[in-house]
Amino acid sequence: MGFQQVTATPAAIALIRQLRAVHGPLMFHQSGGCCDGSAPMCYPRGEFRIGSRDVLLGTIEDCEVYIGGDQYERWKHTTLTIDAVPGRGAGFSLEAPEGMRFLTRSDMCSAEELAALAKDPPRRGPGDDEEPGLGSPRRSSM
Amino acid sequence: MRYDRPNTEGSKLQYKARYGNYINGEFVAPVRGMYFENVSPVTGRPFCEIPRSTGEDIERALDAAHAAKVAWGRTPPAERANILNKIADVMEANLELLALSESWDNGKPIRETLAADLPLAVDHFRYFAGCIRAEEGSASELDADTLSLLIKEPLGVVGQIIPWNFPLLMAAWKLAPALAAGNCVVLKPAEQTPVTILLWAELVGHLLPPGVLNIVNGFGVEAGKPLASSPRVAKIAFTGETSTGRLIMQYASENIIPVTLELGGKSPNVFFADVWDRDDDFRQKALEGFVMFLLNQGEVCTCPSRALIDARMYDDFLAAAVARTRGVAPGDPYDTDTKLGAQASNDQLEKILSYIDIGKKEGARLLCGGERVVLPGDLEGGYYVAPTVFEGQNAMRIFQEEIFGPVVSVTKFNDFDEAIRLASDTLYGLGAGVWSRDIHTAFRAARAIPAGRVWTNCYHLYPAHASFGGYKNSGIGRENHRMMLDHYQQTKNVLISHSEKPMGFF
Repeated sequence: MGFQQVTATPAAIALIRQLRAVHGPLMFHQSGGCCDGSAPMCYPRGEFRIGSRDVLLGTIEDCEVYIGGDQYERWKHTTLTIDAVPGRGAGFSLEAPEGMRFLTRSDMCSAEELAALAKDPPRRGPGDDEEPGLGSPRRSSM
Repeated sequence: MRYDRPNTEGSKLQYKARYGNYINGEFVAPVRGMYFENVSPVTGRPFCEIPRSTGEDIERALDAAHAAKVAWGRTPPAERANILNKIADVMEANLELLALSESWDNGKPIRETLAADLPLAVDHFRYFAGCIRAEEGSASELDADTLSLLIKEPLGVVGQIIPWNFPLLMAAWKLAPALAAGNCVVLKPAEQTPVTILLWAELVGHLLPPGVLNIVNGFGVEAGKPLASSPRVAKIAFTGETSTGRLIMQYASENIIPVTLELGGKSPNVFFADVWDRDDDFRQKALEGFVMFLLNQGEVCTCPSRALIDARMYDDFLAAAVARTRGVAPGDPYDTDTKLGAQASNDQLEKILSYIDIGKKEGARLLCGGERVVLPGDLEGGYYVAPTVFEGQNAMRIFQEEIFGPVVSVTKFNDFDEAIRLASDTLYGLGAGVWSRDIHTAFRAARAIPAGRVWTNCYHLYPAHASFGGYKNSGIGRENHRMMLDHYQQTKNVLISHSEKPMGFF
């Protein structure tokens, strides 16, 4: 992918490192909908099954950040910054017991960034290139 | 009138310093002995400790539920109904106490908890008490010798994960039908609002046999996930957001169990030009309908957070609607005059402010509000936001994402088709509002918008006997209405032959 649509603040990076020390490799999925929605969810890597329509926004601190394909269509003109603030609940996101909550802040893409995205659109699921996914030749068919 | 703060001499609400989980008919400490501080969003200060439970506590609750399930499932419907009615009576007798706690734990104004949250929760228990008495299976004579009986049976033990926006009411929505249908429940409240349901269990727990109702508190990842992924639950019901909803479906697929998911929305509120035809009660009702985005500080899955206004009256309507919105200011949730309370948590406050920020960056015009409000006295640390109206385009993110705050995004439409196109242009389909004096317009619009609930010339009514649930990404299944019993039951078919003659297959 040409241009990373997601970055992280120092507070988020510190929290990721803290969580990784406990839980191992991590991943993010940007949620939508009510309650704790419209916020990024942090899971152990592989816990959340990335589907073929999920979009990889980028990688922060060695964590892939995905968003649902339909939701991406409505967010694609913006860049995201994952931050961390004091907070409480978060679905099944890993940071809640730490008294912190990941938060998505947003900015508009510049004309150059939009052009870069048009030229080189972000990758979709299923995830790491090394892992066999839907349609992968490494997937046994019989 | 202003109620005294909890744990002061004048208050009937005296919290304990620490609470337990409610398992097998008694309050017990969490297995690992860990607790977390429960913060009131009214003041931003902690006021009690809540169990930080883990998978061990969930297992303990599941043990109790499984031990109780056979007897409870065989308890006559009339007896189960009587118990639900008694629960409702005790809630009603303690309505003020529970309302005070709900406001303190969630931040919502006492005006709402006294008039809506609690009375509706009481009514849900009574409604499903009635439904289960009246429920029946069916019998079909398939031919002269063959009778087919359809008999409803409880699922057994079900898991329920409750949101924080209407903590007790959403628990009642899930508990009343599940218990009525004869299921045992393990329920995990939201970690933001864990305490009122524990007070409730103190009051009503003894009415149910031990193990029928179990409440395990804790964080989603530590307590909710073990519940949602357990092979020992026959169904999981969840209200929340889409990523967790997908995870819950993922876990459910591993156990092949059904789910009910309510995942929110971005509900359009459509005002056709004829509402402005006359300066009468209906015009005022429609303007009130606009301001409904402030109910519960906007923390409602069906918050009418997109207002679509007919271009023919756009300027007049919007000016009056903004003026009416400006008349509502956040205040002390314990003051009975307060209409807008505190957002439920600090992270919720931060999220709302981040959406106000992207709204401005995207070029939406801020018509009022748009900022945090710091109130005096002990409210200084609470989470208050000014009522906020944006004007913009439906493709903007503030029109497409659930902000879950007192924020409405307004745009205009030129004709009926454009109104429906804009109303439908969202990932979600939970609620919608349509407003028109013309019954043809109103009904056509109500049928055309793909949403599970279309309020027509009203908004934010939640009667027990009206189904509630989402189209599209808003979820799977319904809540409320007697149909909800089906979501908590198996259908047993007993196929009976009266013939004594061989079947003749072999």
